[in-house]
Amino acid sequence: MDLLFTILEQGLIYGLLALGIYITYKILDFPDLTVDGSFPLGAAVTAILIKNGMNPYLTLPISFLAGGVAGICTGLIHVKFKVRDLLSGVIVMTGLYTINMLVAGTNNLPIFSCENIFKNKWLEKLFGGEIPSYSKLLIIFIIVLIAKLLLDFFLNTQSGYLLRAVGDNDLLVTSLAKDKGNVKIIGLAIANGLVSLSGCVFCQEQKVFEISSGTGALVLGLASVIIGISLLKGVPFIKATTAVLIGSILYKACVAIAIRNFEPVFMKLITAVLFLIILIISMDRKKKVKNNA
Amino acid sequence: MLELKHINKYYNPGTVNEMCLFQDFNLSIEKNEFVSVVGSNGSGKTSMLNLICGSIDTDGGTILIDGKDISKEKEYQRARYMGRVYQNPAMGTCPSMTIKENMSLADNKGKMFGLKAGTNKKRVDFYRESLRQLGLGLEDKMDVKVGSLSGGQRQAMALVMSTLTPIDFLILDEHTAALDPKTAELIMELTDKVVKEKKLTTIMVTHNLRYAVEYGSRLIMMHQGEIVMDYKGKEKDKIDTDDILRKFNEISIECGN
Repeated sequence: MDLLFTILEQGLIYGLLALGIYITYKILDFPDLTVDGSFPLGAAVTAILIKNGMNPYLTLPISFLAGGVAGICTGLIHVKFKVRDLLSGVIVMTGLYTINMLVAGTNNLPIFSCENIFKNKWLEKLFGGEIPSYSKLLIIFIIVLIAKLLLDFFLNTQSGYLLRAVGDNDLLVTSLAKDKGNVKIIGLAIANGLVSLSGCVFCQEQKVFEISSGTGALVLGLASVIIGISLLKGVPFIKATTAVLIGSILYKACVAIAIRNFEPVFMKLITAVLFLIILIISMDRKKKVKNNA
Repeated sequence: MLELKHINKYYNPGTVNEMCLFQDFNLSIEKNEFVSVVGSNGSGKTSMLNLICGSIDTDGGTILIDGKDISKEKEYQRARYMGRVYQNPAMGTCPSMTIKENMSLADNKGKMFGLKAGTNKKRVDFYRESLRQLGLGLEDKMDVKVGSLSGGQRQAMALVMSTLTPIDFLILDEHTAALDPKTAELIMELTDKVVKEKKLTTIMVTHNLRYAVEYGSRLIMMHQGEIVMDYKGKEKDKIDTDDILRKFNEISIECGN
């Protein structure tokens, strides 16, 4: 039971990350490496703000904005200076390592003793003293649900349509008398905002900021997106955003099961191998479809 | 009125492969003219369209619309008064979005793309009506993704989408070249209908000499970045495909082929 809770919590937290990567990878078709830097950016901003006594709930929008700025940087480098998409992300990711260190002031900032979104006076009052253990999952669920609904709403607005069009056929966006560069920048901002928000929640859940927490964030997110989309493709009434969140939970479950039988040091290797297996399986499915067609 | 004045365009400048495509190129197109442009490969037809649309920059000269210089405007800025249909049917539509969503996008051209609902439900009937005129049954497939349509259907949609909002110029870049003869015929008829209905000034590049002769009010033949033939009005009505072919051969002989 505990394991199930942990999987759901972790899966949903990384689900936010996966939603961000869904925007860049699936909608914008932009291999965005910024996420490896913007995930710990959200964590760093959150840790230092909480340490300085800010209301933990305010760190959510603030870290979203911080990630947005990182995304805008990547976008500007790509669009205005015409640097290739992959390299723009690498540049910002590398720069963010130092920025994150400067923001937090150290590479490891514990916030065990501080209030956070899962444990504070307000919640204690709400539950009348003892905060039940399921409240953590509930809070994460609510945050993720709000983020997902807002994203769904956005993708169905006029600018959302434009965002979907730019990854599909950027020529069409130009012919609609819109600057495709600006649309890409907006997309990157939202995506990295979500990633940073994921870092924010992750940091409060772990009660510590770790500079290396972003390493492999991209792979993790990509795996979630690919599992979710390829498993739940064609299932009626399931939106892509829902599929991505389910993918994230499934991926965390796979990792959790794998990690039980191995030393923690194998974590990243298991992640990589799992990702490879998922890629091969999802490609196999595509081939079959093509042959049948 | 669209005017190209003293246009220069070089490819690969400063290298051994430097090639001058246009040198002091001039062309003016009157309002409501339907110009067909023919010419061999590499004669500069598509480059001319790209220069007009701003997909490539000029190396000198000015492009004027009703006397206003637009040569400094970016491609997306010029798109406000132009619609373009490409040779490749995939280029005029978004494959992973539905027909309805594509139409909504096109309907919002030139306006703000804000946080309003992407599809205005009140306009759906209008989209359906616009599609019904194509006679392809697309009006019953509003929620189908455009990627699953055939090339001809997509090109028909691209044509409707590029002319849905008021524009001054319609640029057709070999827009029937990738289609089978029957579909090409259909698209050509639709094009003619739309152009007449909306009174659009049109430039059509084509390799189909029959279309060039049958449609439009003016015919231009290009060769090595120059206009070698230019007929309009009554003159144009008289010429047939044989005349154009003869001219083609003449040019080829001059070149020593």
